[in-house]
Amino acid sequence: MLAVPNASSSNLLTETCHLDPAAAAIELDDVSFAYDRRPVLQGITMKVPPGKIVAIMGGSGCGKTTILRLIGGQIKPHSGKVLVAGQSVPDLEPEALYALRRKCGMLFQFGALFTDMSVFENIAFPMREHTQLPQELIRDLVLMKLHAVGLRGAADLMPAELSGGMARRVALARAIALDPMLVMYDEPFAGLDPISLGVVGQLIRRLNDALGTTSVVVTHDVYESLKIVDYLYFVSEGRIVAQGTPDAVRESKDAFVRQFVDGEADGPVPFHYPAQSYRKDLFADVQ
Amino acid sequence: MSSDVLNGTARILRRLGGAVTGGISRLGFAARFLVAIVWHSPQAFRRFRLTMREIYFSGVLSLVIILLSGLFVGMVLSLQGYETLKRYGADEQLGILVALSLVRELGPVMAGLLFASRAGSAITAEIGLMKTTEQLSAMEMMAVDPLARVIAPRFWGGVISMPLLAALFSAFGIFGGYLVGVRLIGIDNGAFWGQMQAAVDFWPDITDGIIKSLVFGVAVSLIAVFEGYDAKPTAEGVSAATTRTVVISSLAILALDFVMTVFMFRAGNV
Amino acid sequence: MNRSAIDLWVGIFVAIGLGAVLFLALKVGNLLTLDRTAGYRLEASFDNIGGLKLRAPVKAAGVVVGRVEYVRLNPKTYEALVTMRIENQYEFTRDTIASINTSGLLGEVYIGLDAGGDTVMLKDGQRIAKTQSAMVMEKLISQFLFDKAAESGGGGGKK
Repeated sequence: MLAVPNASSSNLLTETCHLDPAAAAIELDDVSFAYDRRPVLQGITMKVPPGKIVAIMGGSGCGKTTILRLIGGQIKPHSGKVLVAGQSVPDLEPEALYALRRKCGMLFQFGALFTDMSVFENIAFPMREHTQLPQELIRDLVLMKLHAVGLRGAADLMPAELSGGMARRVALARAIALDPMLVMYDEPFAGLDPISLGVVGQLIRRLNDALGTTSVVVTHDVYESLKIVDYLYFVSEGRIVAQGTPDAVRESKDAFVRQFVDGEADGPVPFHYPAQSYRKDLFADVQ
Repeated sequence: MSSDVLNGTARILRRLGGAVTGGISRLGFAARFLVAIVWHSPQAFRRFRLTMREIYFSGVLSLVIILLSGLFVGMVLSLQGYETLKRYGADEQLGILVALSLVRELGPVMAGLLFASRAGSAITAEIGLMKTTEQLSAMEMMAVDPLARVIAPRFWGGVISMPLLAALFSAFGIFGGYLVGVRLIGIDNGAFWGQMQAAVDFWPDITDGIIKSLVFGVAVSLIAVFEGYDAKPTAEGVSAATTRTVVISSLAILALDFVMTVFMFRAGNV
Repeated sequence: MNRSAIDLWVGIFVAIGLGAVLFLALKVGNLLTLDRTAGYRLEASFDNIGGLKLRAPVKAAGVVVGRVEYVRLNPKTYEALVTMRIENQYEFTRDTIASINTSGLLGEVYIGLDAGGDTVMLKDGQRIAKTQSAMVMEKLISQFLFDKAAESGGGGGKK
């Protein structure tokens, strides 16, 4: 359970500029995790340098979102180290974990906006919960964030009235509401039309550079990722099978990378779900 | 053949045993959940706005069904009761019959059942949906404890609303009884209220009713928030959780009512 | 739903809820009309109190003047000793008769007080001397049958 923090100890405006160069880095060292008995991640080792955008790519259900949850401290690894800004996340006390999360932003798949609040109130939420800023200042900050994502005119709409792309952008504005040092994106490109895809990709890159944050993007959209990220990790069946810069990935001869990038139906990730031989199935006696 | 029967029986017994142990472990989990809610409640009261919003959604929006149901129950009680009382020449006791039935039993129990189906299921669905759309996770990642921000206010909103709704149910029921008894049937107005006043004591009749409605409030609110929080994050999961809230709340109300009635009214008579 | 509207409705809800509680307490129940502590005590002994309960009314000329406060058995005389609390405004003569009555055939049991002509009034804690016990249904019936039998037996032993 989380402890309720002392909100008055924060000062939004001064905290953002104090960035220890090594502080925003993420390190996973030989991390393993399993759900009940089913192993989800094995021997994951990755580094995210501060200020860079790193993509974690892989097919559905390969453990990408689990990595984000490990970084965010929602789950603890069975073995290995998870370090964020030099702190070991699984070992943090609730208060310290709390303080760390206040410096992180997360964009959930499909936005996860609070449906009973307007767009404005959604973005104001972290500010109201964690700071004692006066209403006028909060209003200005919210409008600035909305302007950064291009939705200042939509401030009074309710989440139900937004299109998928707009909801995603509002969620992005909410994720950066407190100018975090780390932003995590869970499938930010899922289900978007081509224009929105481009917009969201651009925003991720621009905001990362403008705020000086570190970004981790979990996705399976190769095209957009190659356009905006600094480094990629490929995960398959719980292990890292390939990694590299966008250029290296484009040139790569690795079978998995090629299947993924070219969208081949069959390859290292098989087309057929494991089953007995076709002949046996067809000619089996009906009981 | 007999081994099939044995296997079948064994399977049924295993499922039964699994259901019982599963139910008991859920009960334990729910108890710990209650402790956790109370532990995280200070914020629900410091920022009373949150709780007030929930009192609005569970209490105020239940008013229509509670008041109308109370009115109709009181009217029917009066109608049915009159027939039987008349046979013993005791039709002037109608006021007592209506008042005691409502204040001691029907008020808290029926208000509780109606509250469970209207407000309880709404709370479960809302929390379940928030869980499914990852809103609760988002809150956690924003370093806001969902227990304090979302769950506790809904719990206390229900606990505060229940006794008020039960009192309103009883009051409107008695008014309905008056409408039928005095206005429609023609029982003496003075006898109706006078006999009632002589027989209904604040302590223990009315206070017992208030205690019952408080207990029901805690039970229904706890079940509602627990089922929502524990729901599987899918459409079927939320729907199943909502159904469970209504069913388990209703059973809990009736069981608790029995237990409390035994304690309260056994010691009432010399 | 904006904040002030919610405030208003919650306020209304709580107000009418508390109003209902008040209604129940005052109009339906007898919170104010029953003042149990103000009053003086009178005692009375009965052979049989029948169905008399605690808090049963004490009436004089049909008007409720008090309540039964305490009932116990006198271990020496095996009589029922009843303590009543009478409202201060009513005084009763020393030769008052206390009897246990039933209102109607199946109604509630209460104590009826018939004042006499004595000039001296009963004070707090004093005992009413003359009492009439409850009529127990079985004794009445057996008495009736006995009388009937005696009648016809005296008439000739027929039937």
